[in-house]
Amino acid sequence: MTTQTVNQHESHAHDEHEHHDAGAMKVFGFWVYLMSDLVIFGSLFATYAVLMNGTAGGPSGADIFELPLILISTFLLLFSSFTYGMAVLAMHADRVAQVKGWLGITFLLGAGFIGLEIYEFHHLIAEGFGPDRSAFLSSFFTLVGTHGLHVAFGLIWMLVMIIQLYTKGLNDKTRPRIMCLSLFWHFLDIVWICVFTFVYLMGVL
Amino acid sequence: MFGKLGLDDIPYHEPIIVVTALVMALGALVVVGALTYFKKWKWLWTEWLTSVDHKKLGIMYFLVALVMLLRGFADAIMMRTQQALAAGGSEGYLPPHHYDQIFTAHGVIMIFFVAMPMVIGLMNLVVPLQIGARDVAFPFMNNLSFWLFVAGVALTMISLLIGEYGKTGWLAYSPLSGIKYSPGVGVDYWIWGLQISGIGTTLTGINFFVTILKMRTKGMKLFRMPIFTWTSLCANVLIIASFPILTATIALLTLDRYLGMHFFTNDMGGNMMMYVNLIWAWGHPEVYILILPAFGVFSEVIATFAKKRLFGYNTMVWATACITILSFIVWLHHFFTMGAGANVNAFFGIATMIIAIPTGVKIFNWLFTMYRGRLEFTSPVLWTLGFIITFTIGGMTGVMLAVPGANFVLHNSLFVIAHFHNVIIGGVVFGMLAGLTYWFPKAFGFKLDEKWGKRSFWFWITGFYLAFMPLYILSFMGAVRRMQSYANPEWQPLMIVAWVGAVLILCGIACTVIQFIVSIRDREKNADITGDPWDARTLEWSTSSPAPFYNFAHLPVVGSVDTFWEAKKEKGMAADKPAQYEDIHMPKNTVAGPIIGLISIAFGFALVWHIWWLAGVTAIGMFVAFMFRVFNDDIDYYVPAAEVERIEREHHKRLEMQA
Repeated sequence: MTTQTVNQHESHAHDEHEHHDAGAMKVFGFWVYLMSDLVIFGSLFATYAVLMNGTAGGPSGADIFELPLILISTFLLLFSSFTYGMAVLAMHADRVAQVKGWLGITFLLGAGFIGLEIYEFHHLIAEGFGPDRSAFLSSFFTLVGTHGLHVAFGLIWMLVMIIQLYTKGLNDKTRPRIMCLSLFWHFLDIVWICVFTFVYLMGVL
Repeated sequence: MFGKLGLDDIPYHEPIIVVTALVMALGALVVVGALTYFKKWKWLWTEWLTSVDHKKLGIMYFLVALVMLLRGFADAIMMRTQQALAAGGSEGYLPPHHYDQIFTAHGVIMIFFVAMPMVIGLMNLVVPLQIGARDVAFPFMNNLSFWLFVAGVALTMISLLIGEYGKTGWLAYSPLSGIKYSPGVGVDYWIWGLQISGIGTTLTGINFFVTILKMRTKGMKLFRMPIFTWTSLCANVLIIASFPILTATIALLTLDRYLGMHFFTNDMGGNMMMYVNLIWAWGHPEVYILILPAFGVFSEVIATFAKKRLFGYNTMVWATACITILSFIVWLHHFFTMGAGANVNAFFGIATMIIAIPTGVKIFNWLFTMYRGRLEFTSPVLWTLGFIITFTIGGMTGVMLAVPGANFVLHNSLFVIAHFHNVIIGGVVFGMLAGLTYWFPKAFGFKLDEKWGKRSFWFWITGFYLAFMPLYILSFMGAVRRMQSYANPEWQPLMIVAWVGAVLILCGIACTVIQFIVSIRDREKNADITGDPWDARTLEWSTSSPAPFYNFAHLPVVGSVDTFWEAKKEKGMAADKPAQYEDIHMPKNTVAGPIIGLISIAFGFALVWHIWWLAGVTAIGMFVAFMFRVFNDDIDYYVPAAEVERIEREHHKRLEMQA
């Protein structure tokens, strides 16, 4: 009987190790997913490059982009990456309250970014420069909007994680999820830097 | 309330469709009735539909694929019949709008809903067993992938009964697929069917990529993996890198059609040739996603039945890797006539021809494996031999098409049709049928009937040559693809020969169906007790047939490519009984997978018909179902060591009884 319990214990200890691997595997799998997502963005960037001169008599990028506004939203997003990094540091230090706090701040910054994007899109559509006006505007709205949709999903995910931190705390299920969301969030930041450079800056030049 | 959907959209005035609908309804009624009569609903739900067991998912993929093969083949024989009749002023029996839907549906179904699920089904069944794993990396996601694929199938089948399917050809080239020239719902069915199942495929790609890289058993280095696992790994790399392009392309077409955008329109700055580029940047890797695992099957089959180590294992792996990379730089050969210019065409022409080199390496590897081996002429070997000859011919016509100058003549002719059926039937279909026969005992515990398997092979191969060789000749006589009728009566005799070929293939399919029935009847006689019916070489044969749900009581340790074979030769077949068993950690079944998949059918249907409220409700439904999964921590369990011991003892008892 005693040996059996010991064996039981040993085998579960072995599986503890497997559990640990399961978390690492999730993060690795999420990396692979991000690479496939990158292909989607790559396709959209290529599409934008092909269609950016297809203005069909409508406005070009230089006519409609308002750089000051974009600069603000860029800083909102960049700063939110920093605050998410702080959340991960707090997680590694097992400070749940701090993780919740930093996630909350990140959420607000991300929501601010989305708010500005909605304002920009609404403004353009109200002026008659909606996505159906020209191929250039179609590709612009789709590229920027796809990034925005990703950010919005990230926000929903962040809310779910905050709720789970209240109900479950930090455990081997929530930790990998927070790590995956971290990857997602920084990834969207990198994509945005490309959007900012290739779409907005080069559009105004 | 019902968007664009009205009573007029149900094609009750088309006799062919009404009869089809009745047959489908009858079939469904029989299945439902049988399930109810034998009280099997609960069994179906708990043992199969909610299962996360990769072996069961593999079987379900294959089952759906075989059913869809019947549908796709029905389309094929209708087309061949039409072309055999509609010569010299005759209109045949299919009006153009119906004929156009049939060739579109045939292509989509055969590629997405037959070939893909066969390949993915085989990967599911075999890969975890070959690498000595207990499951895939993400079992829930595996189940979800399957259900998203089923949703795509369902939407495509629904289009037959409610509304219409695309009349655009299987890749829905713009601007024909744009809202201006295709105002009906056909293209929308195409869009949502492929979009939903395509997302499932991407998830499968990620899942198996991680599984193969992270879950190999002790000692299995990359260059000790079985070839089928290698080819699956490469196919999954292709899925991860190419399916997102399909997702993006279909999304852009959707925006054009639903929100009036201008990506692929021929006005307002749109660029329709960009569609063709994007769709083939996915489409060409796609054909290698299908053929590489088939190459893997042939490699396993030939090494097993020649009783020899595969000739040139390393070159086989490198050839596969080369093809994987090259497959991304040849897409433009699908539209040399677009006018990209001589230099661009030359680049893509040469890149295409280079693919023949690694493929040739593989052919020689298989030939040299057989050379001086003791080849047993079982039906998997027959499929393999048929493949080597047929695929080589198809490859050579492919190189002909890769010459841009020749392509300007052959483009859009029946030559193209003959070529790709030559490689897809001769390669993918033969490969999957070989794989089905080869791994069937591992899935079910008994072998398939050899006599009917061989009959099936001979019908398929003669049928194939009779059906498609005439098309090469017809193409030189000027026949183009996708003709509902033609004026030149000189084409008709060869068209009738092609029809006879299609009928022979029908006999081949019938033989496969009979093979299943006969094999199930004789299952006791053909039982596979050892778990290793072919005296094979790889790890999946080291466990019992059918494999227990945890695959291996003890994870095997590997020292070379042929560890299992070498162990057998050294120690004999007697599987060593371990002194002790351990608790095994396994995932629990999922309800969220099938629920999300079923809701996504309604979601796709709502979007096709512009029923916006339903689209909203179902989108929320999928989100809620997913949240139930996310907030559920009760997703895994331990199989107690005693239970493992009981199952293993039974297996050993059967082994001893046979001995």
